[in-house]
Amino acid sequence: MKTKAVDLLIIGAGPAGMSAAVEARNNGLSVLVLDEQPGPGGQIYRNISNTDAQRSQILGADYSHGRHLAQAFLASDIEYVAQASAWQVTDQKQVHYLHQGQSRVAQGQRLLIATGAYERPMPIPGWTLPGVMTAGAGQILLKSAAVVPAGPVVLAGCGPLLYLLAVQYLQAGISLAALVDTSRHSDVLSGLRHIPKALKGWPDLQKGLSLLATLRKAKVKHYRGATALRIEGSAHAEALSFSSRGDEYRIACNLVMLHQGVVPNTQISWSLRLQHHWQNDQLCWQAERNAWGETSTSGIFIAGDGGSIGGAMAAQAQGRIAALAIACQLGRLDSSSRDKLVKPYRKALHRCMAARPLIDSLYRPRNENRIPEDNVIVCRCEEVTAGTVRSHVRLGCLGPNQIKAFSRCGMGPCQGRQCGLTVTEIIAASGNVSASEVGYYRIRAPLKPITLKQLAQQPNKNLNQELS
Amino acid sequence: MPTESLFTPLAKAQSWVTIDYEGHQLKVPQGVSIAAALLASGVRHSRTTPVQGANRAPFCMMGVCFECLVEVDGVPNRQGCMTLVSDGLRVRRQLGARKLAPLCAEGDCDEN
Repeated sequence: MKTKAVDLLIIGAGPAGMSAAVEARNNGLSVLVLDEQPGPGGQIYRNISNTDAQRSQILGADYSHGRHLAQAFLASDIEYVAQASAWQVTDQKQVHYLHQGQSRVAQGQRLLIATGAYERPMPIPGWTLPGVMTAGAGQILLKSAAVVPAGPVVLAGCGPLLYLLAVQYLQAGISLAALVDTSRHSDVLSGLRHIPKALKGWPDLQKGLSLLATLRKAKVKHYRGATALRIEGSAHAEALSFSSRGDEYRIACNLVMLHQGVVPNTQISWSLRLQHHWQNDQLCWQAERNAWGETSTSGIFIAGDGGSIGGAMAAQAQGRIAALAIACQLGRLDSSSRDKLVKPYRKALHRCMAARPLIDSLYRPRNENRIPEDNVIVCRCEEVTAGTVRSHVRLGCLGPNQIKAFSRCGMGPCQGRQCGLTVTEIIAASGNVSASEVGYYRIRAPLKPITLKQLAQQPNKNLNQELS
Repeated sequence: MPTESLFTPLAKAQSWVTIDYEGHQLKVPQGVSIAAALLASGVRHSRTTPVQGANRAPFCMMGVCFECLVEVDGVPNRQGCMTLVSDGLRVRRQLGARKLAPLCAEGDCDEN
C-alpha cells in the first residue's frame, strides 16, 4: 500500500478544515481531509448532515449555518476520510492515522492542522464523579444522538456556551434546576473598557444579550458570582454546593454540566515541537503563526480555534486565508491574486475577532476554578491532586515534565489534555513565576490509543520518527 | 447496571440496533456512539479507575478526556464516545488498569 501524497493534507473537518479544503480545491490543489468524527462539521456543526428539523430548531440558526459549508465540502471532489484518528504527525508533513482498525499514512506537500478547541478543564471538588460532565458533552449528546437530560440539570461555570446550552435545553423542554454562574459583576465592569472595539462585532454581543434575556424570561434560577463550587456525592453526583453574594446554597441534583470556556487543542502542535506562547487573555497556549496561519515549521499551518479561540466564523475565514497562502506557495496562485482574494476573508476575520477581548474579559475563569485547592484531583486519569503537584514543586520540580515523572500526573490515557493547563498554572502560582517560564508537557505520539498489532501492520516501512 | 437514566431520547429513534453490555441486551438507536447509547440506557458509570477504583462515566463526549474507555469486542481502551454502535457489539466496563489487547484480530477473538 502506497503512502498517499496530496498537495494539501488537512486534519479536521470542522469550519476551518472544510473552508480550507473547499478554497484549496477551487484553486486546483489536491486535498485530503482526515477527521475523527463520523461526519463533517467539527464540534460546532456536529452531525450537521444528519440532523432533523426538531434538532435544527432547538440548536438554532448558528448551527444550521454550517449546513451550507458541509454541503459544499461534500459536493466537491475533496478526498475525505471520516473516523480517521491521527495518532502521529511528523514535521515531514506525514500523518499516521487509524481508520477501521488499521494504521495508515498520508503525506502532504503542505499540512493544515484544524483540530479546533476543547473545553477548559474545570477542576473543582467532585468533578470526577459520574453525573458530572461538560456542557459541551451535553450539547454533543443533543447534536449527535438526540439525547437530553431526563430530569432537572444544573449548569455551572461561565462562558457563552453555557448560556447557549441553557437556552437550547429550554427550547427542548428540559428543566434547568439552576444556572450557577461563576462570572462576577466586577468582570462586567472590567469588560466595559473593551466595548468600543467590541461594538464592531456587535452581532455576537447581541446574541449573548438575547440568550440572557431568554433565560430571564424563562425564570431560570440564575445564581451570579458563584464561588466555592463543590459537587457532593460518594459514588455519583448528588448535589452542587456554592456561595453566591454572601449566601450558601446546596442544590440536590444527579446531573451537573460544567463549562468555563474553550481552549485550543494543541496536542498535535506541541508534539511537532512548534513554537508556542502563553496567551494571558485567554489563559492558554497558542502556537506561533504568521498572518497566513503558517507556524514556526514552514509548510505547516494552523487555522481556527486550534490556533486561538475565535469561534466558527473566524475559523472559516482563517481556513480560506491559509488555503490561499498554500495555493500561492505551490504555484497555483500568484501573490497579487492571493492578496486580492484574501481581502474579504481578512475583513471577516477582523470583524469576528472584534468582540473577543470583551468575551475573554467577561468570562475569564476564576483563579479558584483553574488553580484549585490541595484536595482537588487535577489529573483525572492518574488521580493526582493539586496538593501532590504542589508537594513536588516544593521538592524542587521546576516544570510539568518533572512533575509527571515524579507523580504520574499527565501520564494517563488523556496525555495531559485534562490537566496540562492546570498543572502549568499551579506550578506558576506556587513558584510565583510566569506560565511561559513553566512551559508545558512534552507531548509525544501515539496521540491516540493504538495497539502493537496495528502499529506493526502499518504499511509504511520508513517510519522516521521514534515512538516514545 | 442500567438504572434510572439521567438521559432520555428527544424523539423516538428511526432504527435500532442491539448491543450486549455486560451480558445485558440493550436496544439503542442506530448511528450513535457507544458512550451516548450507554448514557441513554441508564448506565451511570462505565469504568473504574486504576488507582482508587473510583466510578467514572463519559465526560467530554469528543475524544479528549478518555473517561469513556470501555472494552469493545474484547479489545480494551476503546473510546466509547468515538466508536459507533452496531448490531451485536459486545461492550464491557473497563475495571481498574487496562489490560493488553488480545493477540488476535479485532472482531474474531474468542474472548471471555
